[in-house]
Formats: sequence, C-alpha cells, structure tokens
Amino acid sequence: MPDDTSALQLVLSGDPTLFAIVRLSLFMSLSAVLFATLIGVPFGALLALTRFPGRETAIVVANALMGLPPVVVGLAIYLLLSRSGPLGFLGLLFTVQAMIIAQAVLVTPIIAALARQTIEDLWAEYRDEMAAMNIGPLQRVVTLIWDARFSLVTSLLAGFGRAAAEVGAIIIVGGNIDGFTRTMTTAIALETSKGDLPLAIGLGMILIAIVIVINALAWVARRVGERYAG
Amino acid sequence: MRTPALDLPVRLLEVRVRTGAVAILDGITMMLEAGAPTVLVGPNGAGKTTLLRVAMGLIRPTSGLITWGGREICPPTRRAIMFQRPAMLRRSAAGNIRYALAAAGVPRAKRDARIAQLIADVGLKGLEHRPARRLSGGEQQRLALARALARDPDLLFLDEPTASLDPAATNAIEDIVRNVTARGVKVVMSTHDLGQANRLAGEIVLLHRGRLIESGPAAEFFASPRTEQTRKFIAGELLV
Repeated sequence: MPDDTSALQLVLSGDPTLFAIVRLSLFMSLSAVLFATLIGVPFGALLALTRFPGRETAIVVANALMGLPPVVVGLAIYLLLSRSGPLGFLGLLFTVQAMIIAQAVLVTPIIAALARQTIEDLWAEYRDEMAAMNIGPLQRVVTLIWDARFSLVTSLLAGFGRAAAEVGAIIIVGGNIDGFTRTMTTAIALETSKGDLPLAIGLGMILIAIVIVINALAWVARRVGERYAG
Repeated sequence: MRTPALDLPVRLLEVRVRTGAVAILDGITMMLEAGAPTVLVGPNGAGKTTLLRVAMGLIRPTSGLITWGGREICPPTRRAIMFQRPAMLRRSAAGNIRYALAAAGVPRAKRDARIAQLIADVGLKGLEHRPARRLSGGEQQRLALARALARDPDLLFLDEPTASLDPAATNAIEDIVRNVTARGVKVVMSTHDLGQANRLAGEIVLLHRGRLIESGPAAEFFASPRTEQTRKFIAGELLV
C-alpha cells in the first residue's frame, strides 16, 4: 500500500526536488506547445484555406500523425541528434531542448489537425463576406485565426495534454538525468520502478492538478471571450 | 456631393451561369443604371441570388459579358452586398463595422466617427458594444447593412434583406433603403414580397428558371404586365 500521507507531505512541504521537476516539466511542455502552435496553426490554416493537388492526402496524413507513437518519435529524434546523426553537431541529445523538440513533433500534428477543422468551419461561414469585402489572403488568415481564437484554445489544450502526459519520447532523447532532464512523467516512471512511491504519487497529484487548473482556466477564458466577442 | 459612380452602369450581355447541366442563369441581358432601386422578383430558384452575386462580381459567368462602368475587370471597391443570411464576425457590433471600414481603407482616425454615424443610420445606437452574434435577427440584418454601407458604395446589392423579419424590422430596413437611395446609392435588391417591390422599386425585373421574363418601370410592371407569366406572378398564381 503506498504511503499517501508522505506523498501529500512532500507536496505540501514544497519539497525542492519535487518542485524543480515540476518547474522543468512545465517549462518543457509549455515551450513545446508554443512552438507547435507557431507551426501548427498556420499550417492548419494553410490546409483549411488553400486548394492544391494532394490536399486531401495531406489532411489524412496530418490527422493520422495525431496518433504518432511517442517512442518512435523519440527514436527518430534520437537518431537525428545522436553524435553520428545529421544534427549531432548541435550537441542537443540529452538536453531539455531535445525534449522540447520531441514534444513539439508530437504536439504539432494535433494542433494543426484541430486548427484546420476549426478554421475550415469558420471559413465556410465567412467566405462570402470576406469576398464581398475584398479581403486579401493574408488578412483572411489573420482574421480567421483571431476570430477562432477561443476555439483554438481547445486545440492548444489537447496539445498540452499530450505534452504533459508524454513519457516515451522524452525519456529516450532526454535520458531522465537527475536535476537536468528529469520531468514529472519520467520521474514517476523511474520512482515507481524503484519503489519510491511517495515521490511518484506526489508528482502524479501535481500533474493531475496542473492539467485540471489549465483546463479550468481555458474554460473560463473561453466563456469570457464568448460573452464579449460573441 | 458624391463622386460620380464609377461602377455604373452595370451591363450584362447574354450572361449564363451553369452548374453541370443545370442553367442557373440563362442568357440574361440587362442594364443597371443610377437612380431608383431595381428589384428582382421571382419564385424560389429563379436565379435572383445568383444574379446579384454575378453583378457584384462574386461569381464569374460561365459565358457572356459583364461590365461595370464599361470595364470588364473592376474590383468591388465601390460595391457592397448584404447576403440573405449575413455572417456576423465574432466581435462587437462596432467591431464588425470597424472591420469593414478597415477593409475599405478608411483611415484609422476617421473610423470612430464613421462607426457612430453608421450605427445611428441603421438605428442600432446603444448596441455598439454587444457581440454581433447576440443581436436579434432584425438587428443583425441592420448591422450587416451598416457593414455594407461602411464601404461607401455606389452600388448596393441586397439579397432578400427582410426575409423572416417582423413588420417593424422590415419597415426599418425599407427606411434605410429609401435613405441611401436619396443619397445617390444605387440599390439592387431581391425580394419575395411583391408589396415591398411595389413600395421600393423604380424598376422591377422578373426572373423565372434563370431567364429574364420581364423588366421595366415598377408602375408599368404592375399596371400593364406584358407577359402572361408576369400577370400570373402578380396575381399570386404559381409559375411552373
């Protein structure tokens, strides 16, 4: 039976090891979501608004990539960043940057696919008005992304959920190095295997709390936004 | 005093629009000139909406010729259209007009005054900051009209502007049409309501199955129809 009391004590006492892991995890996941957003939303908009040969295939591939196996992504990034790999000269393997890259690769398809659907639906609604107002292509994209911003938050949340819960890819490219690349999920996996359940449970509690708080904030932001922007 | 309307007259010569084997517009030849409103009437599927979109420049004809002020290529900078079911941008009523003003190239410094004027013109004072999607159907139609007028058009197309509105909202829209016409804007609109056509039209165009059946001054159209189909339509009989 795990010692829940000591897990709670670890959390409540502000254990520095535990909170260092939490800080690193948040930094990594939020950075990955940020980069994935910068790539995924414009790419989703491109798929939603342009017609080109192979577009349907690109959409199917983007949707399929939402289910990318993390360990395969981890392996691919590992091969790219390893000393003998094409990007080995960057010296990024077993760093936080490598973990952010791996998570961004996993999250980008999720954000791109969901953003495409959101923007395409809004475009169907706005198309005639924008044509009548003689709106140029770039301004269309900006308007659609801006007007869909509250719906796009849901895409970002899905991406954050994937990043925050992910362990397979980052353990391969980060190495789970204590005090350097150890995150909540990798620490939970390690501590559980070592039998140090209080730390694992404490981290698990925090991880779930973070996900709940971020979802609640996003929900509030969406409701407030809908009230004022319609 | 308005500058001369560069987009007028609009000439359509043997304009056809087809989707597959179906002719949506079938050899329409007509001219839209400055002056009182031109009202398109006809049963469902007659081609009224398509004709408005072609004249606006949103749909390219399958064949035939259309010119605006003698030019075949003419960006819709001084034309505006209000769709039957206008989409409200996800922002406030004022935000919707501000967007249209920006799109029309109105300088930032002049936008607030223009918004206030347009909001007053369409009777939406007090609702400027309300999300556009939360306005009633009639208020949304009036906002869409204000958004169209933000382009300061010479030529204003209105597609069934009062469909499904109550009499008070219909009256408000008709008053706006009279006001903009008095300011020199050419209004071209479609309607199912012959009473409305009678109240507003200078010229009436009857369409049926994509063909122009009859067109002419409103008084003549109602008093002495030239075709049997027009007579039936005015009498409320079904055109088949």
